[in-house]
Amino acid sequence: MVEFLYVTAAILLLLTGLGLARMLWGPSPADRMMAAQLVGTGGGAIALLIATASGTTAIIDIALVLALLAAFAAVALSLGEPGTKQQDGSPNS
Amino acid sequence: MSLLADIFTITAVSAGMFFFLAGTVGLLRFPDTLTRLHALTKADNLGFGLIVLGLLPQSPDVASGLKLVVVWLLVQLAGASASQLIAQFASKGGPPA
Repeated sequence: MVEFLYVTAAILLLLTGLGLARMLWGPSPADRMMAAQLVGTGGGAIALLIATASGTTAIIDIALVLALLAAFAAVALSLGEPGTKQQDGSPNS
Repeated sequence: MSLLADIFTITAVSAGMFFFLAGTVGLLRFPDTLTRLHALTKADNLGFGLIVLGLLPQSPDVASGLKLVVVWLLVQLAGASASQLIAQFASKGGPPA
């Protein structure tokens, strides 16, 4: 069971890393924020799997922090200063 | 009983992995921003919920099991509101007034 959970965590890490390609490609800031949200949920799931596999329940707190940071990142995107972002993904002035 | 719990864990965690795979493929392959948002937020939150459900029988005591459920609730609430905010941002091309 422990091996299964570790292998699952490794596959999930691979999937989350592949999702980061969307952060590289863009094209809009919303797409990049979606890749960051994927790191939030995927990283949280990886932390929970490792916490259960290793029996270290403190790792559950890491999943909490990742979920919280992903939520704050989305709020920060939507509250950004007006006029500093473009939808076409061109660099901010 | 332990064998039953292990089978349940393997089934639910594998199903969660499948939904994470679907979410990542959708994020990488779908043609525009809102369809990618649709793929990511729904499939990923479902995958996360299934993984938490699968891990619950393996938790060593009641407190850490409850903590898993709390993390799941936080991810659900945060994911739902974050997807609304991102969709509003994407459809207006900027932060809401």
